[in-house]
Amino acid sequence: MKEEEMASATAESKTVFGFWVYLMTDCVLFASLFATFVVLRNNTYGGPSGQDLFSLSFVLSETIILLVSSFSIGLAWLAAREGNKRPVLSFMALTFLLGLAFLTLEIKEFNHLYQEGNSWRRSGFLSAFFTLVGTHGAHITAGLIWMATMMVLIYRRGIYATNVRRVTMLALFWHFLDVIWIFIFSIVYLMGIIG
Amino acid sequence: MKFSRLSYATGFVLSLGLTSAAFLLVWRQTNSDSTAFSEKFLITWVIALALAQLFTQLVFFLHLGRERSPRWNLTVLSFAALVVLILVLGSLWIMNNLNYHQANEMTPAETDKYILEDEGIH
Repeated sequence: MKEEEMASATAESKTVFGFWVYLMTDCVLFASLFATFVVLRNNTYGGPSGQDLFSLSFVLSETIILLVSSFSIGLAWLAAREGNKRPVLSFMALTFLLGLAFLTLEIKEFNHLYQEGNSWRRSGFLSAFFTLVGTHGAHITAGLIWMATMMVLIYRRGIYATNVRRVTMLALFWHFLDVIWIFIFSIVYLMGIIG
Repeated sequence: MKFSRLSYATGFVLSLGLTSAAFLLVWRQTNSDSTAFSEKFLITWVIALALAQLFTQLVFFLHLGRERSPRWNLTVLSFAALVVLILVLGSLWIMNNLNYHQANEMTPAETDKYILEDEGIH
């Protein structure tokens, strides 16, 4: 029994470690997009700059929504470790709704920019902007699909070791996306508004 | 290993504070007539606050520093950080240097003259 438990703990830490390595390589992907953005951020080709386009209060609400969702997925994970099904489901549902709200705001912003003729084709700055922020948005979308699947799985099958491990990885993924967003908030939006 | 709600709440409150600080710094700049901070000052602080929040979330949300040795998670993170730094700072360095050496809308001769004067070479 004891040996079995130890074996399962090792399996868990190995799987989670593998996922951590994936997250770190994802960091490198985002780093290259950030590097591209920072190099191109002043290349507006006569088009609008960040100062003309970004709204401080809009991006603050996006940031707060994502931060709260990062907090609530942490609480869902704690509940999963304790084996409480109901709080896991409710915290995950909360995280899902906040993530969806974030994504809606982002799509709204993209659509607004596109409608006004400031699409990725306008300038180097906007190409880099859409690529960087869009890649983050694609990750959020993937995370939401994963979260919905997890909720159905937990609802139907309950909480067991493999599921806890999956929730652990989902929580890591979601926290990671919030960390990336801090830098998008600071480098793309705040520094864009500063000038 | 014990993970508590308190550690999450601490991380959350700290992150909220750091985000608000960065926001207020920039908001004050755009919404006041009083003498503003310099651009360099603001950018330095925005970056510093972002890094502070990175460490806050690494410790309180991602539980870095809680693992037992050998700390493979920390090892991989450090390597990723190294690659990220080389990628971002290296790109900025190279591209700014290229930009400098082909200053806008000048003939090569004019560029040479500009650089010689700019760097005080006579």
